[in-house]
Amino acid sequence: MSALDPSIGSGALRAPQTTAPTRTPASKFDSHRMWVVARTELRQLLLSKDYWMPMVALGAIFFMILPAFLLLVITRVGDISMVQQASQALSVLPEAAQSRIQGTTPQARTSYALAVYLFAPIAIVVPLTISTAVGAASLVGERERGTGEFLAHSPASVREIYLGKILASFVPGYLTTVIGFGTYSLVVNLIVGPEAGGWFFPTTEWLIMMLWILPPFLLLTLSLVLRLSARVRSTAAAQQASGLITLPLIAVAYGQASGTLMGANTSTAWILGAAAWALATVSLFRGVRSVTRNRLLGVAQ
Amino acid sequence: MRAAPPLPDATPLVALDAVSHRFGDTLALASLSFEVPQNRITVLLGPNGAGKTTAFRAITGALVPAEGTVSTFGLDPDREGHLVRPRCGVVSANPALYDRLSGYDNLAYSAELYGMTGSLRPTITAAAQRFGIADALDDSVGGYSTGMKTRLALARSILHRPELLLFDEPTSGLDPESSHAVLELIREMTAEGRTVVMCTHLLSEAEGLADHVVMMEGGTALIAGTPDDLTRQFWPNPIVRLAAEDGEVLDRLSNWPGVAAYRRDPAGARLELDDLSRLPDLVAALVADGARLTRVEPHTPTLEDLYFTIRRQAGGSTAGRGRNGDHNGPTTPGAGPDDAGEETDGDGHRGRSPGGGRRNMLEPVAARWGATTETPPLWAGEQSPLEPAPATAESIAALEAGEAQR
Repeated sequence: MSALDPSIGSGALRAPQTTAPTRTPASKFDSHRMWVVARTELRQLLLSKDYWMPMVALGAIFFMILPAFLLLVITRVGDISMVQQASQALSVLPEAAQSRIQGTTPQARTSYALAVYLFAPIAIVVPLTISTAVGAASLVGERERGTGEFLAHSPASVREIYLGKILASFVPGYLTTVIGFGTYSLVVNLIVGPEAGGWFFPTTEWLIMMLWILPPFLLLTLSLVLRLSARVRSTAAAQQASGLITLPLIAVAYGQASGTLMGANTSTAWILGAAAWALATVSLFRGVRSVTRNRLLGVAQ
Repeated sequence: MRAAPPLPDATPLVALDAVSHRFGDTLALASLSFEVPQNRITVLLGPNGAGKTTAFRAITGALVPAEGTVSTFGLDPDREGHLVRPRCGVVSANPALYDRLSGYDNLAYSAELYGMTGSLRPTITAAAQRFGIADALDDSVGGYSTGMKTRLALARSILHRPELLLFDEPTSGLDPESSHAVLELIREMTAEGRTVVMCTHLLSEAEGLADHVVMMEGGTALIAGTPDDLTRQFWPNPIVRLAAEDGEVLDRLSNWPGVAAYRRDPAGARLELDDLSRLPDLVAALVADGARLTRVEPHTPTLEDLYFTIRRQAGGSTAGRGRNGDHNGPTTPGAGPDDAGEETDGDGHRGRSPGGGRRNMLEPVAARWGATTETPPLWAGEQSPLEPAPATAESIAALEAGEAQR
């Protein structure tokens, strides 16, 4: 490393006018700053192989390996008693759901029902697990690394920081789920499609769940997790505490998702989603208050 | 955006007035008041826990003090922080860098947060070159040495061309050559019209760099002013150190005209003259009397002399024995068997503190009081005695009388 070079002098810093600070007032919400916070957080995640490798593995297991294995077993093994029993068990499904099951053989009907109705947890567990892990470490992590001091002195408002962190936590979980969902659709159609009379997935109910119901539940969870992250003293404590929030929300979200998939009326799903969005919005607004510069500095009382 | 009106030249860029703040039971700032003149380098000096970092945080509005008022650029950093912070560049004691990102990404992040647009590469490269870090810009910061991180943090602080730079121990972890270069750069920045506030433990670093000094302890400012004014305040008379083969021959100087104060120790004598022009006559007279002088040395008091004198008078330790934890209060003054300047930091390492254990060679007040190891504080109340002039002929005489009685 060369020694410092004072000879370069101040002229070196006379930057082109195009790079001059525009000095956007931080009192007004600056969405660009929020994106900058989110993008930087995401870049750090991408650079951390020990973070995204488990994330990819989790997505692969839940969206590809596990469904493919189960569906292959059912569709390829043949007429065994287990398939017969599973087929009979479909009678516990609501009538509306039963009426939509396609296929003429027990294998086809069983695999169709599994693919459409019983794999809802994977769409819930994966994004919540991934996003919660990111969110729990986001604010307390800044404090632990000492970078909270930089943010506290920066022009970024606490709202921009908070929403940037929410976004950075939301994207990995939801993106994994969307990619996984695409892969899952492919797996389901390739394995079950020939038995069920052609490509049938995703169904309308799945699309509503993925695009309308899951995002607000994810945001609601993250708004609570980030509140915790702003308050606790260590990342480990944040991870522990966020589990308490995430588990009940997984149960609720799973219940709602299953209801949507099996329910007869899609309007109920739309209403449910709207309620979740409203709840998430309120929680996000309230969550902003949890981030203070004192907390970024680690000197909050 | 409401543009802040430009401040008149004489208006301080930063003004803290009776600012107090507590962290739990610990008083971090205790009615702290000081001003930062424009386009000057103001150095905050003080031991660990003096409140320097908390003061920095209050200046940008990162921390809102419980009491008192803070004005930065004539604005309230609490209510108008969004107008204050973009105009400040901060280097905290911890470089506060993102280890997983490259040096370039760290700088780009800051540039964008501070609202810089367009092509950032030339500006970032120029800033990095200025601090000798351009070659490592694409490397992950996690692999940087401490010195490299400090340089990167310095480069980051000036990227958006702030008007006010706040440096908390900016040369921490740098080798002497780099430290020197950083200090040169700080001088350059003030020449460019920027105002710098810096806190440091290194008195030698502040010497010659500081245009304005604020000495802090226990969350309050003991004294503030230009180094010249402050030294004149404490040592209004020129000081000369003399030594002779026979030291006793020097004692006659105590009654000579123009000698304001005299003290002799085994190393020689220390005089305060009303006018340094008396020195040639004084030396000639001594020689004529047969004195064989081995040393005649006019002494200009340094910032270090000032620091230890003020700390001693404030009742703080001059031995640098405070721990590196936050908010440690003043320690007992005076020497002890372990008064050798070694301190234990938070990690249990032992090392010599800056100037630790060094006895103030001037000891102006103690000399007048007598050779006590513990200098009585000049005041017992809340009001600092160090403003205005701390030691007048009358006060010294009164203290001498009291000491003699004891």
